Amino acid sequence: MVSLNAYLMLGAVLFSIGAVGVFTQRNALIIYMCIELMLNAVNLTIIAFSRFLNNMDGHVFVFMIMTVAAAEAAVGLAIIISLFRNKATVNVDDLNLSKG
Amino acid sequence: MQLLMFCVLGFGAVVSALNMVTNRKPVSAAMSLIVTMLCLAGLYVLLDAHLIAALQIIVYAGAIMVLFLFVIMLLNVQEKEGRLAGSAILLQFVAVVVVGLLFLSMVNVDKIDGSLFAFGDVVSQFGTTKAVGKMLFTEFLLPFEIASVLLLAAIVGAVILAKRRIDDSGPSENHSRS
Repeated sequence: MVSLNAYLMLGAVLFSIGAVGVFTQRNALIIYMCIELMLNAVNLTIIAFSRFLNNMDGHVFVFMIMTVAAAEAAVGLAIIISLFRNKATVNVDDLNLSKG
Repeated sequence: MQLLMFCVLGFGAVVSALNMVTNRKPVSAAMSLIVTMLCLAGLYVLLDAHLIAALQIIVYAGAIMVLFLFVIMLLNVQEKEGRLAGSAILLQFVAVVVVGLLFLSMVNVDKIDGSLFAFGDVVSQFGTTKAVGKMLFTEFLLPFEIASVLLLAAIVGAVILAKRRIDDSGPSENHSRS
C-alpha cells in the first residue's frame, strides 16, 4: 500500500524540477511548460490530501486550478505571439523592454 | 499491484519531466510534458479521483498542450534561441535543489510516531462525476460561475493581445483602438 508521504514526495520532486526549468531555460515557451508542470505537481499534492482526508473539496480546488491554468496558457501564449511579432525572438534574455 | 503502478507512473513522470527541463527543442519538451501529464492522470486514478483524471487528459494533455504545439509551430522558433542560461545558472540551480530538499524533509517530518500516513478506506462514490458535479453545483456554485467569467475574460484578452501590433501600427489603427 502506497502511503501519503510517497505522493507528497513525488509532488515535491516534480515541483522542484519545474522550478529548476524556470530558472535554467531561456526559451519563453519552455518556461511556460515548466510553470504548467509546477501547477500539476500542486494538483497531485491536493488530490493526495483529498484522498487522505476522504474529503472531496480538493477535487473542486483542482478543477479551479485547471480553469486558471487554461486561462493563463491562452493569455500567456497570446503575449508570446505578440512579443514574437515585435522582437522576432522568444529568448527571455533579449526581452528586456520593461527594464528601467 | 498499487505499489507497482505508483512506481512505474511516478518514475515515468519524473523521467519525462527531467527530459523536458533539459531539452532545448520546444516540440520535444512539449511531448515530454504530455507524457508527464498522462502519468499524473494515472496517479489520479490510483487516488480514486476519476473525474479529475479524465479532465487531466482532456484539458491538459488535450487542449492546453495542443495550444502550446500550435504556438510553437506557428512561431517557427530557431534552434539557437533554446540555449540554456550562462552566468548565474549554478547559483540558481543550487538554490532550487536546496529548496527541493527542504520540501522533501518537510514531507519526512509528517509522521505519527515514526510511521507513515497510510490511506484509509474510501467512502462510496468518492471522486465520481456525480459526486463532484453535485458539489460543484451546490456548495461551490459561486466559484464555478466566477470561473466561467474568468474564461470569458481570458478569451477576450487572448484575442486582443494576439491581434494588435505595437511597433508599426498606423495612426488610423491607433485611433480605432483607443
